[in-house]
Amino acid sequence: MTVVPERTTAGRGTTPVPPSAERLSWRDKLGRWDTKYTPYFIIAPFFVVFGVFGLYPLLFTAWVSLHEWQLIDGDQGFTGLDNYTELLSDKNFWNALGNTVSLFLLSTVPQLFAALGLAALLDRGLRGRAFWRAGVLLPNVISVAAVALVFAQLFGRDFGIVNALLGVVGIDPVDWRAQTWASHLAISSMVMWRWTGYNALIYLAAMQSVPKDMYESAMLDGASRWRVFWSITVPGIRPTILFTVIVSTIGGMQLFVEPQLFDPGGTATGTGGDDRQFQTLVMYLYEKGFRLFDAGYSSAIAWVLFLLILVVAVVNFTVARRIASKG
Amino acid sequence: MKRLTHAGPLAYAALVVILLTSVFPLYYSFLIASKDNSALGDAVPSLVPGGNLIENLTRVFDTVDFWLAMQNSLVVAGTVALSNVVLGTLAGFAFARLRFRGGNSLFLIVVGTSMVPTQLGVIPLYMLMSDLDWYGTLQAVIVPALIGAFSVFWMRQACEESVPYELIEAARVDGCSVLRTFWHVAFPAVRPQAAVMGMFTFMTAWNDFFWPLIVLDPNDSPTVQVALSTLASGYYTDYSLMLSGASLAVLPVVGIFILLARQIVGGIMQGAVKG
Repeated sequence: MTVVPERTTAGRGTTPVPPSAERLSWRDKLGRWDTKYTPYFIIAPFFVVFGVFGLYPLLFTAWVSLHEWQLIDGDQGFTGLDNYTELLSDKNFWNALGNTVSLFLLSTVPQLFAALGLAALLDRGLRGRAFWRAGVLLPNVISVAAVALVFAQLFGRDFGIVNALLGVVGIDPVDWRAQTWASHLAISSMVMWRWTGYNALIYLAAMQSVPKDMYESAMLDGASRWRVFWSITVPGIRPTILFTVIVSTIGGMQLFVEPQLFDPGGTATGTGGDDRQFQTLVMYLYEKGFRLFDAGYSSAIAWVLFLLILVVAVVNFTVARRIASKG
Repeated sequence: MKRLTHAGPLAYAALVVILLTSVFPLYYSFLIASKDNSALGDAVPSLVPGGNLIENLTRVFDTVDFWLAMQNSLVVAGTVALSNVVLGTLAGFAFARLRFRGGNSLFLIVVGTSMVPTQLGVIPLYMLMSDLDWYGTLQAVIVPALIGAFSVFWMRQACEESVPYELIEAARVDGCSVLRTFWHVAFPAVRPQAAVMGMFTFMTAWNDFFWPLIVLDPNDSPTVQVALSTLASGYYTDYSLMLSGASLAVLPVVGIFILLARQIVGGIMQGAVKG
């Protein structure tokens, strides 16, 4: 600070003087440099972190998948599409794919409808609004690992409370882990429990920005509440619904922790039950990569799943837009 | 109009049922944690807590190093939260209140990145961490989470709302640098929102499971969630033990949530409207 700039007070109180072309003091130059480049400097950390720890690994997965590659010993040579051809004839892969889609549909479709209903409920003039909203969000902030352990107990074959309740109405105990459908239902209920309230709040936020006068005129015309909901509210929040469908797709296709911890005894192997009846694609990826150390094959699974997510998201998007334009 | 907005008793009844469903698994976890394993065999499960809570908690600490896991989780979640507050507020401020070329497109990229399934890059990410010699160290979990799209998004929103343009311009005209303007004008204005975002990030980092499971050593450097999965992977399933651990693991998060629920709900709902 030894070089004292002459114009320290020149701009004060007036609109900023456009810096004259000649003889800018170093401080002015610094100021212009600051205005121009500091914004990039302070947003850079995000892009660096995302690039290095997010995007680069994802893209590099494609490269690894074209190799015989061991997690510990590294690259064993380029093998082209060998991992992929092997994948196509791997019945465990198809099994995991089927499970993933089944779990995704079972947990997402009912969940989003339930969330819509819950949002409509929360959108009515309630006393203690903040309390109800917090209550429905609570499951979402609980760690999924803890939730999985609790649900593993709730759905226990011998001592689970679900079977106890079923027993009350005279239904025989279900072995929730052994059967494909039963395990899928149990795991989906876990996903629903965690995410319905969250999505309801998202819908609620959107509903509150639907213009109220539209409701008024509909009510004057004598439309029922049901009618108003489907022909005004739902179309009014269509972009938000589309958003949640896509986000749920991306999350649902990557389902891991819930099924992984659903069978507490089997967590070490990650096969999702004795007959892989609830092993998802990410579980299979984990098994191949981190239990059997076959990084190349595991990367092929990851990349196929990535493309699949992309396709499903695009299909979702197109279908939802078509429905939207019809409505 | 009345018919639409006013909630009747039926609506409240439905909400009570939903609320009970939300809370029940948590209560049940605590319930099992308070009982002896043999109580699980009761034909009619009782909803009254038993007297074995202390004993079960002691067993948790005997089976795995739960103190270490708690400490590790605290370090990880605390660092991640602090860093997200600083870096997220800086970036949010830049996107909301500074004019720079490409700013809008760069912000759209930030939002878009939250849709990228980066979890699928675990294999190379793991190899990267091995190359750095970071396997089993906490920085392997911390560094990738130092700044997330969600924090940038949240704080941009907060700056749009709470930092007036005029104040920024006045400070700049007075010769404040961008960073000084941030520190003396913008940050004080968004401090409450930054705090809520920080706590939310803390909870997310505390709850993270997939990546810590892969890159940490369950016997040497676990976080709480990884320690939980260790509790669960015994030869036979010890539910009292497992759910005692689970109850401990959710306690801090439930505490924060009870204190800040209103603000967290607000943050999520605001993000939804603009998003």
